[in-house]
Amino acid sequence: MTKEVTLTIDGKEVSVPAGSLVVDAAKKAGIDIPVFCYHPKMEPVGMCRQCLVEIGRPAFDRATGEAVLEEDGSPKINWGWKLETSCTNPVSEGMVVKTTSEKAVKGQNDMLEFQLSSHPLDCPVCDKGGECLLQDLTLAHGSAESRFNFNEKRHSEKHFPLGDLIWLDRERCIQCGRCVRFQDEVVGEAVLGFEERGSKTQIMTTSDPGFDSVFAGNTTDICPVGALTTAQFRFGARPWEMEATASVCGECPVGCNTVLNTRRDAKSGGKIIVKRVMPRQNEAVNETWICDKGRFADFSAEGRLLAPKPEEWTEAVAKAAEKLSAAKGDAVFLVDGSLSNEELFNMKSLADEVGGKALCYSEVGGGALTTKSGSYSKSGAGDAILVIGGDLYAEAPIFWLRAKQAADRGAKLIVATEAETRLDAFATTVVRDVRKGLEIAEEVFANAENTVVLYSGDDALAQFCAALNPTSLIGVWAEANTQGAWEMGYEAISDLSALKGKTVYVAGKDALVASAVEAADFVVAQTVSMTEASEKAGVTLASQIAAEAEGTFTSAERRVQRFFSAVQPIGDALPGYVITAQVAEKMGVTLDIDAEDVFSAFSDLNYADLAKVSAEESLLIGGTCYENKQGLGVTLPAKA
Amino acid sequence: MSLAEKYPQEIEKILAKYPPEHKRSAVMALLYMAQREEGYVSKADKADIAQILDMTTTEISAIVGFYSLYHDEKAGQYRIQVCTDIGCALKGADQYLADLCEKLDVKPGETTEDGLITIEEVKCLAACDKAPMFQVQSPKGIKYHEKMTVDTTMELIEELRKDVQETK
Amino acid sequence: MDYMLLRHRDIPKLNQIDVFMKEDGFEGLKKALKMDTADVTNEVKAAGLRGRGGAGFPAGVKWSFMDNNNWPHYVVANADESEPGTFKDREIMESNPFQFLEGIAIASYAVGANAAYIYLRGEFWEVAHFLDEKIEEMEKAGFLGENIQGTDCSLKIYTHLGAGAYICGEETALLESMEGKRGQPRVRPPFPPSQGLYNKPTVVNNVETLTSVPYIINNGAYGYRKFGTEKSPGTKIFSLSGNVNKPGNYELPLGTTFRELIFTHGGGIPDGKSIKAIMPAGASSSMVVANDEALDTPLTYEDVPNVGGDLGSASVIVVDDSVSLDWLIRKTMDFFHHESCGKCTPCREGSYWMKKLTERIHSGEGTEEDVALLKDVATQMQGTTLCALGEFSTMAVVSSIERFPEDFA
Ligand SMILES: Cc1cc2nc3c(=O)[nH]c(=O)nc-3n(C[C@H](O)[C@H](O)[C@H](O)COP(=O)(O)O)c2cc1C
Ligand code: SF4
Ligand code: FES
Repeated sequence: MTKEVTLTIDGKEVSVPAGSLVVDAAKKAGIDIPVFCYHPKMEPVGMCRQCLVEIGRPAFDRATGEAVLEEDGSPKINWGWKLETSCTNPVSEGMVVKTTSEKAVKGQNDMLEFQLSSHPLDCPVCDKGGECLLQDLTLAHGSAESRFNFNEKRHSEKHFPLGDLIWLDRERCIQCGRCVRFQDEVVGEAVLGFEERGSKTQIMTTSDPGFDSVFAGNTTDICPVGALTTAQFRFGARPWEMEATASVCGECPVGCNTVLNTRRDAKSGGKIIVKRVMPRQNEAVNETWICDKGRFADFSAEGRLLAPKPEEWTEAVAKAAEKLSAAKGDAVFLVDGSLSNEELFNMKSLADEVGGKALCYSEVGGGALTTKSGSYSKSGAGDAILVIGGDLYAEAPIFWLRAKQAADRGAKLIVATEAETRLDAFATTVVRDVRKGLEIAEEVFANAENTVVLYSGDDALAQFCAALNPTSLIGVWAEANTQGAWEMGYEAISDLSALKGKTVYVAGKDALVASAVEAADFVVAQTVSMTEASEKAGVTLASQIAAEAEGTFTSAERRVQRFFSAVQPIGDALPGYVITAQVAEKMGVTLDIDAEDVFSAFSDLNYADLAKVSAEESLLIGGTCYENKQGLGVTLPAKA
Repeated sequence: MSLAEKYPQEIEKILAKYPPEHKRSAVMALLYMAQREEGYVSKADKADIAQILDMTTTEISAIVGFYSLYHDEKAGQYRIQVCTDIGCALKGADQYLADLCEKLDVKPGETTEDGLITIEEVKCLAACDKAPMFQVQSPKGIKYHEKMTVDTTMELIEELRKDVQETK
Repeated sequence: MDYMLLRHRDIPKLNQIDVFMKEDGFEGLKKALKMDTADVTNEVKAAGLRGRGGAGFPAGVKWSFMDNNNWPHYVVANADESEPGTFKDREIMESNPFQFLEGIAIASYAVGANAAYIYLRGEFWEVAHFLDEKIEEMEKAGFLGENIQGTDCSLKIYTHLGAGAYICGEETALLESMEGKRGQPRVRPPFPPSQGLYNKPTVVNNVETLTSVPYIINNGAYGYRKFGTEKSPGTKIFSLSGNVNKPGNYELPLGTTFRELIFTHGGGIPDGKSIKAIMPAGASSSMVVANDEALDTPLTYEDVPNVGGDLGSASVIVVDDSVSLDWLIRKTMDFFHHESCGKCTPCREGSYWMKKLTERIHSGEGTEEDVALLKDVATQMQGTTLCALGEFSTMAVVSSIERFPEDFA
């Protein structure tokens, strides 16, 4: 346990762990000190000077070391002549902080005036309007009239592409350095920098391709003003016009907590659509970050399947049921990890009831072995991590980030991949040979506390990794919920030619549907898109995507997390678990059609368990919101 | 040819000044090395240095941009950098600079027609007692010239011209 | 008085190692090597040697702050010398280099450093190459390198060139620059003696400070204290420039008056003009009104504040009565705006704003409100910037407007 320190902020007594910064201690006491450069996820730099406060410290007698007392017996407090930055000063016992005294407020307002002296007044057309720290402060404290009475404000480029995804408005930039430090400190890809110096300081990149980082989008969240915006969201919507719905990213098995911001959109025929994806804080999963795969995931209606085939639901369901019934125990129920737990469960239940086979397609093997993993978000000194067989940067970027951060904190990181990866630079050991990697890991793991293996490979590799007996064995699956399928007892299939001659009820990504149609005799395809294969299937069932339906995913670290319905379903599409229940009904099997009931039926957990939040998740300091009100999910207990 | 190919020994010598895990400290010296030929740091140089020091080219550019003795663009072969800061200004450096510019038919920041001389105005060079003064930054390095007049400056420029012609 | 620092003025060719050795060179180092390291530090502490880079912090005290639980230790000589009006370190390095290097060696011995760096401003290109030669000569003579003078003490000294940035004279910006980054100051604390170069304990001292050390070790604290005052012991090099007849470096005991420096040594004001103002610490100074009281003030750390200035690095710029201060502060703002590193808001934005205002005022288009606003902007920066540069930029501005209102009417 770290020691607690007690101090007084604006008359309130607060106790916080020793080493806390004054700004965070204030936050804990419900006092928001204005900041620009400070971000709780990065080292404080004290650059913007916005967080100036008065700090007094108890006086001690040099000779005796005793506290000096005032006449009334209260401790004597020494006040310096200068204001101090609350983001760089750690708390100390007996400290007294004034954040709203006349002097402190003058200091803060003076800094604001300096900021505004070169800032354009384009809030009405700024994407950050409504969630801009600078705007908030200006409205609260700024003077109506600028004393910077020069005709020319400094003008610089307003539409400066830093790459394909991110735009920079140089006039709006307040040089807080958050984006530069994020790329350098957090991600370790120093592709943003400052050029020039002094009042000419500007953000730039010379990387090729521009702003070469899969984490680039995060800089638009942490930018306290509207200087960095995504190409996707630029001029897209005003923040306050949007609804926010909690979701879980479906792009990879990390399970990043997200928020889907939605709005009715004229260009989309007045439909409610997803305008942007933002991170939702979950310290065990993604902290406050997401990668660009997730941020720029495609939610568009293009290519979506609007109706079943045959065109009436009753007819389509009946035909599917008929064909599957006819196949009896020979029917195959084939899925991949892109389905939710609720969808998977109804599918599995049906398979079990009719005696068919429940198979999950996955190229990464070892589904039966990943039975006890948990989050490695806190790994550090004393721990060891083996990344073997795959490129985490491409496959599961936030896993990559966490491996890198664990190494920063002192964990031993072994990278064993055939090709070079971006993780090499942060690794303790790099080998270009998988077998050699296993050998090294065995040695290193012998002297490590927590041991983690992240593997991408076939069943054989998984077996070898399991033999290392790590604390966490994590399969880097291609899909978001492949782990969920294993937890439910699906069998793995990697060679689809085995479907030859079978009747198959397939639900999953387009490629899986296409392979099934190619190989099998008769295919009932439950899918979200209209493709050549879905046209060819015997029956096509139009399913909703995760943003439309609700449900849960189980991450590769075995954390079960819930997502909510954010937009209206397209066409006649139904949630996958409802479709399966309807097919089942026709086959004489009764299944739940309410997501919550489905979840409770297969799990010892219920939705309320997933909805819990903790105090750790409260880093928000003004501006863009990471707030997590809808739950952190639950990690499944290890299986024997 | 890359810098690493051109100056392997010298690079090694520079790197030896710093602990191996902090080789980034060598960036300043390597940038001077890069400027040796053309008087500015080219894109290729930045990539070379980034490679040698395990840095990104963005980081290299950020450093080039910060320091006033590194240049991104080509200028005259010799940069005559005249101090017009307080000490020198009190001794008439502004007038000296104006006269020199007139004589050379350039404005501060411009290069003479023959591409030989760029005249620049700089901040204090720690020679305030010997105003007017300037330094000449050239691919060869930096050299101070103190207690100058327009005439002695023109003589120097003539010498530089001759030097260049001879080496051609 | 004999020279303590500018000894080359008495002894020709002192920058040659054989001459230096004949003139008691390296005696201080030899003596120090026989002493306990703590005693070396204590001697410097007792001598009361104050940092010559500007802040005047006692050197021995700084050395004693080195964190002995964290190794290796480094010594860095600050040869960035970029304060307008300062040109003393260059003369030392060019003409009395061995005494300077000897000072580094003694300091390194005292704090247990095996590597020392000299951070020179990039413009001192030739000086750096010259020092490289001198370092080699010293190594050959057995005063640097492995097992110096047969002891188990080893030391390498390296030169490191900056590239044109005044801010790199600020010690933490200097360290950032040495680490191969943009030279921007760090938040302090931690101070360099606990976390400096590569986050290791580091002593950063000015060239002149280090050059004073051999004398102190040779002659003892008592011998050193024969010069100067109780609170400002020793001699100091005053860089004298501006409107004086004989500008240049003058090594004099601390406590010498402005009058003696400017009129006796500096030969007074040229062209029959009279003295109007003094900037005692270069561009970073307040503008001191050059009345009799000021002229009779001793140049010490404790006395100069009495006339509204600071001793700083003692770069005394003399301003005669033909100069209007609205012009002069336009010059200082030109400088500070050019040199602001841009890291912190008040300096980055304030220096730009002040530059614009001083330009407008000097051009004659400024109004009374502009002058008031200029003072306001400057005052608003004071006490809020990340490092002292921002603070420095306001000194001449505020004091000139306050003390010479007629120049802004
Ligand atoms: C903006 C700024 C510029 C400085 N420039 C120099 C300089 O050029 N040389 C120097 O020795 N100290 C300079 N200093 C002071 C250093 O930060 C530091 O205090 C000094 O090097 C310590 O050495 P000393 O104690 O021997 O004086 C500067 C400080 C500031 C804030
Ligand atoms: S005061 Fe100026 S020089 Fe110092 S940190 Fe701030 S911007 Fe940089
Ligand atoms: S200086 Fe504290 S938030 Fe920027």
